[in-house]
Amino acid sequence: MNVSAKALDDFRVEVAAWLMANKPADPGFLLPQSFMEVGTDQQFEFLRDWQRKVYEAGYLGMAWPAQYGGGGRDQAFQDIATAEMARQKVPFMTNTIGLSWAGPLILNMGTEAQKQAYIKRILSAEDIWCQGFSEPDNGSDLGNAQLRAVRDGNEFVLNGSKIWTSLGSYADYMILLARSNTETNTKYEGLSYFLSPMKIPGVDPVPIRKLTGEYGFTQTFFDDARIPDTCLIGEEGKGWQVAMKTLTFERAVSGGQAGGVHSMPVFASEVVELARHAQRDGRPAIEDPLIRDQLVALLMEERGLDLNNQRADIPGLNTEWPGAIAMARKLTNSEWRQRLNQFAVTLQGANASRYVGDAQAVDGGRWQRGYFNSFSSTIGGGTSQIQKNIVGERVLGLPKSE
Amino acid sequence: MTEQTEPSDILFSDEQAQLLEIAETFSANKSPIDAVRRQLAAEDAIDGALWREIAALGWLGIAIPEEFGGSGLGLGEVVAIVEPMGRKLLSSPLASTTLAAQAILCTGNDEQKSQWLPQLAAGTVAALALTEAHGDWDLCHLTCTATRNGGTLSLSGGKTFVTDAAQADLFLVSLALDGAPALVLVEKSALGKDALHREVVVDETRRSYGLSLDGVELPAANLLAAADLPGCLKSLHLAACLLYAAEMCGGTAGVINVTLDYLKTRRQFDHFIGAYQALKHPMVDALVGLEQARSHLYHAATVFEMGNGADGRGEVAVRMAKAQAAAAFAFASDRAIQFHGAFGFTYDCDAQLYRRRALWCEQQHGDGLHHRKHLAGLLLD
Repeated sequence: MNVSAKALDDFRVEVAAWLMANKPADPGFLLPQSFMEVGTDQQFEFLRDWQRKVYEAGYLGMAWPAQYGGGGRDQAFQDIATAEMARQKVPFMTNTIGLSWAGPLILNMGTEAQKQAYIKRILSAEDIWCQGFSEPDNGSDLGNAQLRAVRDGNEFVLNGSKIWTSLGSYADYMILLARSNTETNTKYEGLSYFLSPMKIPGVDPVPIRKLTGEYGFTQTFFDDARIPDTCLIGEEGKGWQVAMKTLTFERAVSGGQAGGVHSMPVFASEVVELARHAQRDGRPAIEDPLIRDQLVALLMEERGLDLNNQRADIPGLNTEWPGAIAMARKLTNSEWRQRLNQFAVTLQGANASRYVGDAQAVDGGRWQRGYFNSFSSTIGGGTSQIQKNIVGERVLGLPKSE
Repeated sequence: MTEQTEPSDILFSDEQAQLLEIAETFSANKSPIDAVRRQLAAEDAIDGALWREIAALGWLGIAIPEEFGGSGLGLGEVVAIVEPMGRKLLSSPLASTTLAAQAILCTGNDEQKSQWLPQLAAGTVAALALTEAHGDWDLCHLTCTATRNGGTLSLSGGKTFVTDAAQADLFLVSLALDGAPALVLVEKSALGKDALHREVVVDETRRSYGLSLDGVELPAANLLAAADLPGCLKSLHLAACLLYAAEMCGGTAGVINVTLDYLKTRRQFDHFIGAYQALKHPMVDALVGLEQARSHLYHAATVFEMGNGADGRGEVAVRMAKAQAAAAFAFASDRAIQFHGAFGFTYDCDAQLYRRRALWCEQQHGDGLHHRKHLAGLLLD
């Protein structure tokens, strides 16, 4: 599709104006910073309403096919809408798994019936999606999933449990990786992949309390839960390939996501502002030379990671270890974000000891909570230590660790 | 991540891409590690024939305008040469000659430019005499002086870390004149017989000299008379930082490879030692440090301009590049020694060559702490 620059400029003005007029007012309670942190009904309903409103205004799934509920327009429009949402710092789209992973997957390899059934309701947030990959005994080792899916005629019977299910308490569907065959040559060949309903007998999401004291995810138990075999996506026994495809969406290696912002970004500049207000020895903390050095180090790293993203697109500057920047991105960015949050806490002096709920907590306690929640990124999706193994082995070519 | 990012933060021209590729091949061919080691014992850091090859490739005139015999490109293209040379520990007066030319471009009159720039582009070696015994990185902190006697300048004092001085025909010397910083061009013939003495320095691939100015007399026409000389000195300092950042990025990649080779071939307790996470994970840290350093470097190469002191963006970019490259090189080369075990403790292990190089590069023209202090002023106030 060929879109004129004028059409895009006009659109930018339109979407900016709409967001300005319609972005929600401060709800009066601390909002989560990503879908992994949605812990109360109040937060959830607020975010779900906001997503529906954005979709109904036409600014979500703009490039998804119109016959399934998308906008049927050029991706460039969605990119502009998403960038404008980020710029105006509006709340994120809470149905992240649906919009960014399950939706693109269904559009890519789902049946016609699956596309008709799910796509529009993902966009409108009528159906909330969650992901069932990790299990209590299989965190980083995804291929070893043990939740059983036993075929019984036209149905599968599910037994076992999944864990760290973000939005598990609210979800209507789960993308589920399960073992449909235990007698295969490799562990990977016994896996099947399902679009599995959550609100059926035998599925029980039990909230897990996080280190923050909040609830943000569940352990989801399956006890003789029966689902029709039309829930399969991809062929029976080919679940590993579908899971790998999902990861290309999850890691944004493949395009096709519905768009919208999916977390509230944190900037080092916000911590610099914090340092202007915090006090040391009767003076603003930003005048303390040691604090200045740490702030500069965080700004430098933020800039370096940002410039990495630009340099990664220049092949001539990535000849020796191509893919190094992309492969290390989760590691570098999550670790930086954790250090930033941690430093923002310590900057507050004695007030660092306050927490969310205290009337005098700095910024409502967002930095304290942000620091604790930052472990979701340094642990989830493969811990930083696993990431270092992956980068060391696949990028630097070091021998496998046992 | 940062709010002020623009898509043009890193531009990598076709010229840069070609130069990088050619310089990689050149450095690999001309400076294998046994050649580096042979050169350690030689009188000069670089063999004269090799220097003439570099000149013949046109690399000394990259950032010199065409009207003065150069190719009219910029320091960003020089970065693409210096990085691969740093990787192979190739030591030469390319950076000092390039920087002297930039200083003349920035501060010289037409006569000085026409006299010297074509010569420098063609291979005349220039040395920088900017630092002094006090070791301060502030190039305006000057104890060397010149006094005027009619049309003659009488110099006194001593400069330090004048690299490749024995091969140089031209010296760019900073000193105080009438209480203000000044730059003068000193030809070798104007120096006393014992003006140079060799310094013993940590990086043995370099040839560094102390330079005595006592008794040197020059025509006042050798002064580089810019309106804003402190500004020019700052530009020169930042340009030097940019080239050091390039050299350090190259060195970091080089030493990571030296270490990787060992980790993939050395066996202990029935395993290649690179399989141990205690060694593997710091190697990833080294790589991550390098990747960020290269991104800062090529951003700085994109936005830095000599003589544009008003442009804070260039200064921020260069200081970040130097600080990050120094941290990456220090870490990678320090771990290189440690991860070679007992062999790493020996002179024969190449890790020390890189560690010594890293120390030199970080400590010339400001270490990471120093640049972060200046960045704090630029970013926080």
